Amino acid sequence: MLNISKSTLILVVLGLIAPYVLYPVFVMKILCFGLFAMAFNLLLGYVGLLSFGHAAFLGTGGYVTGYLVMETGLSPELGILFGTIAAGLLGAVFGKLAVKREGIYFAMVTLALAQLAFFFFLQAPFTGGEDGMQGIPRGTLFGFIDLNDSLNMYYTVLAVFLFGFWLIKRTIHSPFGQVLKAIRENEPRALSLGYNVNDYKWVAFIISASLAGLAGSTKTLVFQLASLTDAHWHMSGEVVLMTLLGGMGTLFGPLVGAASVVTIQNYLSGGELGNYIHIIMGVIFVVCVLAFRSGIVGEFQKFMKKNFN
Amino acid sequence: MCADYVLQTKNLVKEFKGFTAVDDVNLNVERGSIHALIGPNGAGKTTVFNLLTKFLIPTSGQILFNGNDITSMKSAEIARKGVVRSFQISAVFPHLTVLENVRVALQRKEGNSFHFWKSDKVLNRLNDRAIELLDSVGLASHADSLTVDQPYGRKRALEIATTLALDPELMLLDEPTQGMGHEDVESVSDLIKKVSKDRTILMVEHNLHVVSKLADKISVLQRGSILTEGDYETVSSDSRVKEAYLGVSEEETA
Ligand SMILES: Nc1ncnc2c1ncn2[C@@H]1O[C@H](COP(=O)(O)OP(=O)(O)O)[C@@H](O)[C@H]1O
Ligand SMILES: [Mg+2]
Repeated sequence: MLNISKSTLILVVLGLIAPYVLYPVFVMKILCFGLFAMAFNLLLGYVGLLSFGHAAFLGTGGYVTGYLVMETGLSPELGILFGTIAAGLLGAVFGKLAVKREGIYFAMVTLALAQLAFFFFLQAPFTGGEDGMQGIPRGTLFGFIDLNDSLNMYYTVLAVFLFGFWLIKRTIHSPFGQVLKAIRENEPRALSLGYNVNDYKWVAFIISASLAGLAGSTKTLVFQLASLTDAHWHMSGEVVLMTLLGGMGTLFGPLVGAASVVTIQNYLSGGELGNYIHIIMGVIFVVCVLAFRSGIVGEFQKFMKKNFN
Repeated sequence: MCADYVLQTKNLVKEFKGFTAVDDVNLNVERGSIHALIGPNGAGKTTVFNLLTKFLIPTSGQILFNGNDITSMKSAEIARKGVVRSFQISAVFPHLTVLENVRVALQRKEGNSFHFWKSDKVLNRLNDRAIELLDSVGLASHADSLTVDQPYGRKRALEIATTLALDPELMLLDEPTQGMGHEDVESVSDLIKKVSKDRTILMVEHNLHVVSKLADKISVLQRGSILTEGDYETVSSDSRVKEAYLGVSEEETA
């Protein structure tokens, strides 16, 4: 327990000094995807549910925030709030339908519903279709913090990220989280103890979708862009990769995985290997699944346990 | 006529694609008794349990609990009514500690199981009761160990402690001594005897020594239907039972 708080402290300190060492936009990208992957991991790592449609919530957060801020002149804080709520509501609908299914069927239902959302965003008049929404203003937070200043934007993103991190950590270590773990460990047994497991899965799904939306809303302000990429099924696959690479079912794994993927992509996309990016990510994925299943953080924890206990 | 039944089934039937696994079963489980369900492998015993707890939907027939029809209730609801089952394959939560396994059962009645914004420290007030339950099955000293690392016998005892945490009126045990060594069999059957004091137990059991020791009444299931019923003497002297089931294990009865 002490160890975890220590690592949280390290995370906060690193977050505070990062923009003086690295490009702020680069770190903000990592934080947004890190939050997205952590939200996804709440389902995969702690309830045992593989959603293959989380891009829908990232995209919904992004589009709703982008639309409200750009077209109605809403403040960034309310834009983010409503983007998050919209993703949460969509999560409530998708989740209700998906939690009735198990295993691969759960994944298929989430994928199918996310494809519906994708085609909606492609066709809807306000999303800009293939081009997406561009030039979304960052605005002024709470009326006095100008987000066009890159450090102001950075610390806003950090605050959002830490809020998401705190909420996920709290959820995992709550009475609710205890039931989720029981469901992950042995669903029939949880049922036979009188828990309506589908209701618990549903609430977890809504929390996860909302936080994925929060990541999307925040990302939209950072890049001043809401695009179809975020709602595409590739993105649903990428978050699986991030989580597995970093270590599913660990608190920090998804963040480490997101940082790794974002770094690799940034590094490759500039150079001549840019065309092979999907193949390289695919190879990493295969190696990760076959060779070190617990992911970076999981393997690290095993190593520490073996050598320092 | 005036017998007091906790559980009754009326013409219970379960068909799987034309194959009748449970065929017109009428069970009457008396309050406060230990009722054993025996029969050869594949007779339909586990299927009956799955029907009673709605892990399977009956094709036809009725299930009565305390005289009320519970045929259309869902699994979790039946558990909350007081009918709690164990599983043939030991049902524990492997990566929770031994204590947490019991506590998660105690937690349900606290009404905070959806509170994701609260620290799980609020559950610590259940620890005393959890330790008490673990103590009753001889596991108190292992409370903080991870369940997955425990030997099989301990897992089965933990499963019973977890079930007891719900204080069920009717406990359904599916082969609680299966796969156990001689010593574990003795301790688990003593344990079942002990916990049967304030409740009714319906159990599937292969070990006839355990059945003869524990059961007040025995129903013999064969190919989905009840062959005969009665106490151990009656059932074990029935020639059809000997043929169908006991014939192959004469030395066990001796
Ligand atoms: N879900 C199912 N689908 C099809 N057949 C089943 C199912 N469950 C059990 N059966 C069949 O029903 C019969 C009774 O099984 P079971 O109740 O497990 O027997 P046992 O008395 O050994 O517990 C077996 O022939 C089994 O193959
Ligand atoms: Mg069986």
